[in-house]
Amino acid sequence: MRVRRRAVAWSTALAAALAGVVVVSAGIGPVRIPPAEVLKVVLNAAVVPAGVEFGAAGAGPIALPGVEFAYRSPFAFPVDDVHRRIVLLVRLPRILLAALVGFSLAAAGTVMQGFFRNPMADPSIIGVSSGAAVGAVAFIVFPVALSTTLTLPLLGAVDLGLSYGAGVSLFAFIGALLAAFGVYAIATRHGRTPVATLLLAGVAVQTFLGAVISYLQLRAGESLRRIVAWLMGHLSGAAWSEVAIAALVVPPLFAVLLAYARDLNVLLLGEEEARGLGIDVERTKRVLLATSALITAAGVAFAGVIGFVGLIVPHMLRLVVGPDHRVLLPTAALSGGAFLVAADTAARSGTAELPVGVVTAAVGAPFFVYLLVNREVYEL
Amino acid sequence: MSRDAAVDAAVDTGAAVGDIDRSSSGDVDRSPPDGPLVSVRDLSVSFGDLEAVDEVDLAVEPGTLVGLVGPNGAGKTTVLRAITGAIEADGGTVRLDGDPMAGLSAREVARRVASVPQDTGLSFDFPVRHVVEMGRTPYLGRFDGRDAEDTAAVEEAMAAAGVERFADRSITEVSGGERQRVLLARALAQETPTLLLDEPTASLDVNHAVATMELVRDVVDGGRAAVAAIHDLDMAARFCDRIVVLADGRVRADGPPAEVLDASAVAGAFDAEAFVGRNPATGTPAVTAFPRSAVDPLRLHVVGTGPDAARVVARLVAAGHEVSLGVVPEGDAAAVAAADADVPAVTVPPFAGVDAESQAAARELAESADAAVVVGEFGEGHPSGEDHPSEDDRLRIASAAERVVRVPNDVDGDDLLAAVAAEATGATGATGPT
Repeated sequence: MRVRRRAVAWSTALAAALAGVVVVSAGIGPVRIPPAEVLKVVLNAAVVPAGVEFGAAGAGPIALPGVEFAYRSPFAFPVDDVHRRIVLLVRLPRILLAALVGFSLAAAGTVMQGFFRNPMADPSIIGVSSGAAVGAVAFIVFPVALSTTLTLPLLGAVDLGLSYGAGVSLFAFIGALLAAFGVYAIATRHGRTPVATLLLAGVAVQTFLGAVISYLQLRAGESLRRIVAWLMGHLSGAAWSEVAIAALVVPPLFAVLLAYARDLNVLLLGEEEARGLGIDVERTKRVLLATSALITAAGVAFAGVIGFVGLIVPHMLRLVVGPDHRVLLPTAALSGGAFLVAADTAARSGTAELPVGVVTAAVGAPFFVYLLVNREVYEL
Repeated sequence: MSRDAAVDAAVDTGAAVGDIDRSSSGDVDRSPPDGPLVSVRDLSVSFGDLEAVDEVDLAVEPGTLVGLVGPNGAGKTTVLRAITGAIEADGGTVRLDGDPMAGLSAREVARRVASVPQDTGLSFDFPVRHVVEMGRTPYLGRFDGRDAEDTAAVEEAMAAAGVERFADRSITEVSGGERQRVLLARALAQETPTLLLDEPTASLDVNHAVATMELVRDVVDGGRAAVAAIHDLDMAARFCDRIVVLADGRVRADGPPAEVLDASAVAGAFDAEAFVGRNPATGTPAVTAFPRSAVDPLRLHVVGTGPDAARVVARLVAAGHEVSLGVVPEGDAAAVAAADADVPAVTVPPFAGVDAESQAAARELAESADAAVVVGEFGEGHPSGEDHPSEDDRLRIASAAERVVRVPNDVDGDDLLAAVAAEATGATGATGPT
């Protein structure tokens, strides 16, 4: 199995690179911490689960309310306690969230480019980003109204006890899925979803939601700054709870995409040929669309609209490893994680913090041009 | 390095497993030998108001190569697409291997019928080998890798289609003809009892076109069946066991090439004038089509020999005139054309000269004609000798007719018809100085 071997070799190498980037990034900041010490801190924090107890208050690095993880730590390196706190409480959540978001966006971008057979496709093409933006901006503009009038069927008015950040994320997530479903519903007729119609429906919905966002920004008043920050993409203030949710949501969705990698290859031939080769085209398209929308929504909900990762990273990897999705999908996803961690590190290590979207665009675009001009690397 | 080793291993297993594979690959053998592999009944397909295919019947038996011929827009491609379910039929049924296609999953259909499209939409640079491997999709589960049988099928298909040479090149870098063969290899790798080919030779040069058709022929002779939409009527006549002539979405004729490809069937289907001769190299019908000329049919006698006279006979016959010919030596090009078209001709043995008897016979044919058509300028570069009628002979024969039309050796088809029409109506033809 030449393909499987290539996929595993590339993925292992890129996973190692991602781990390296994470460790180096965790040492960079106002307080410089050597990578060796970062590694010690991480190893000290590593836990071996020794049991799970439900109903407790929750403790440990993965603190979910109602669940207590009993664990023991196999390592006990001597480390500076300040360094430990900086790495574990401040930097690592943000870095791991960046890795997960980059991973999701690059995976979804790879799938969308294959799905639409269009190199300009990215995860936002089916309206996910615009929908997330409307949800988030709406919550930012009317935070109180939205969080108090939320009534659930059967249960009546429920105080969800959402923190401000969680509220933004939740509404962004819901907005993303509603927009994606809307685009799908507009483009589907008699059980068939022509890709070209889907693309145009995506453009139409994005345009409309863009108008909504502009209107909300006009009405925003004092919260305009926060809206702009969200729209440009941000990872600051990431919490372990966000990392935990993303870590639970992203891998299963990614596994679904990976299981469809070969179908995605065949789909590149065009729908009629794919059907002739035994692919249930409409069903495959539905699965790929729904999964991509979910995985993108999970990323965008926490980090805002971060452009270029989902567009450029799949391209870079396609030029390096070729178009076979069985290799491309895992490598692009891991590279997307590493890329976004690096970009976010650059964004926060300057004198004033930049929105990470600015960095991904500024760094990604020239590198992309470089690859386009020298497209030689292909086989390995 | 490891890659080469893998390829070698694949070739080895391919050679080893090939034979077992052929006898055990279920689909070909499982089908009852007497039932048709593809059976289309009363098929109707319309796109909006446009009736593309109307009540088409088609049965494809194992071991036959069926050619679908017909003008552009006749519904050839539509029939092929309806067989695989790529488009939905408005009426009628398609059965694959006895089972209604509508009840089969895409995967089951893909194990029974493989399509070779005119071109592929693939624009990502997959290696050719990978594209052929995609032919194994209907046999692979979601988490399966390819096994030895798949590898063998891929190697065998690539060898048969002659794409091994560029197996590791990108599909975006090979020529149009090579691309077509890659698609054929992919269809062969599907190991289906039936192949559907949409204009398999359209983008190929003559050498590759023949090679492709011979490959399809071999596959069919091995017990599979194939349906090919073909533009090239000569190619269809040469390789197909049966030809189905489609026009305006309906079947106009269905049968062996020699029966189906006659001038009137071709003329009716293609809305053109056709002359059906015989390909001297293959002995199969050779169809030459002309644009429709809409002339009043006349009774004409052609006087002349050689390829030029043959051309004149063919064009006049195609235009619907009732033609006779003579005197010509046996085996002369004009005599062959006349025989192909069932045109009465007065012939003499080669090198025998024109005797009085044959001259009288020819004069009789000319006399019954509305006009005699004399091909070639007198005394100018025209072959003359023992076996060719002399200028005097020719004049004497032609003069038996009521009117005489003289056309140069290199007369253009339209000018010929115009000259004949003008002379017949009594006017003075531009090319017929009297």
